[in-house]
Amino acid sequence: MSKTQKIALNGALAALAMILSYVEMQIPAFFAVPGVKLGLTNIVVLVALYVLGEKNAFFINVVRIVVVSMLFGNIMGFAFSIAGGMLSTLVMILLKKTSHFSVTGVSVAGGISHNVGQIIVAMILLNTKAIIWYLPILWISGIVSGAVIGIVGALVCSRIVIKE
Amino acid sequence: MKNTLFRKNDIYLIGILLLISLLILGGVNLTKKSGAEVVVSIDGVEAYSFPIDEDLEFEITGYDGGTNLLIIENGYAYLKEASCPDKLCVHMGKINKEGQSLICLPNRVVVEIRGTGKTKSEDDYDTVVG
Repeated sequence: MSKTQKIALNGALAALAMILSYVEMQIPAFFAVPGVKLGLTNIVVLVALYVLGEKNAFFINVVRIVVVSMLFGNIMGFAFSIAGGMLSTLVMILLKKTSHFSVTGVSVAGGISHNVGQIIVAMILLNTKAIIWYLPILWISGIVSGAVIGIVGALVCSRIVIKE
Repeated sequence: MKNTLFRKNDIYLIGILLLISLLILGGVNLTKKSGAEVVVSIDGVEAYSFPIDEDLEFEITGYDGGTNLLIIENGYAYLKEASCPDKLCVHMGKINKEGQSLICLPNRVVVEIRGTGKTKSEDDYDTVVG
């Protein structure tokens, strides 16, 4: 893949991640617990991670979070996204590096670490420890959505053919 | 693509994580007793405290002027109305057990159920957090 092709693909994936972020914002919270989300954007991050590489996945997610927060969010939302997003991307990169797990396992780990990041920010912002009790519920939802997103991500990855 | 959809390790990972979540969830629900006090904190500072066995309707003014309507009824506390757009706290339902809480992030309001004095579950919970 030439440098130009790589740049173009990175840009397209970042744009796709932003659109998916926006789409997800339009889905009303269907559970009573804040933080329960599908994590559609993670499909893009997974594809970037497996098709392009670790750095690309990380920066696509950074660009996505910064731009989406500026366009549709506020500073609180940014704090939550960046903490959850960075932690989950780092955990996914580490887990992928061990090469003991498939895309699904990596995605599940990413999902639950996203929850951990968000809870940490909530604990700091609200100055309360009580919120940590939401973690088990968030984890169960994170495992389910992470698995679903992981399967979708794996299917997408297997269909993308990169010409050398 | 050498990655299949599921590998053995993935199943172990998912299984172990699910088990941990369920154990914590079950443990929390079994050990919890009904609380005695409803404590309202705004931006991390304890502001009000009400007994849970007295019916009450109270408007909380949170951070930045946002409001939440706290209702205490038949030994349960819940938030009936909120000024924020998402109303997540309203959907969080009714709480009555020690340690349970209702949280409104935009208004930085935390409504927490407490027991009287320090209890065993309070101690556990401090160790978990470190």
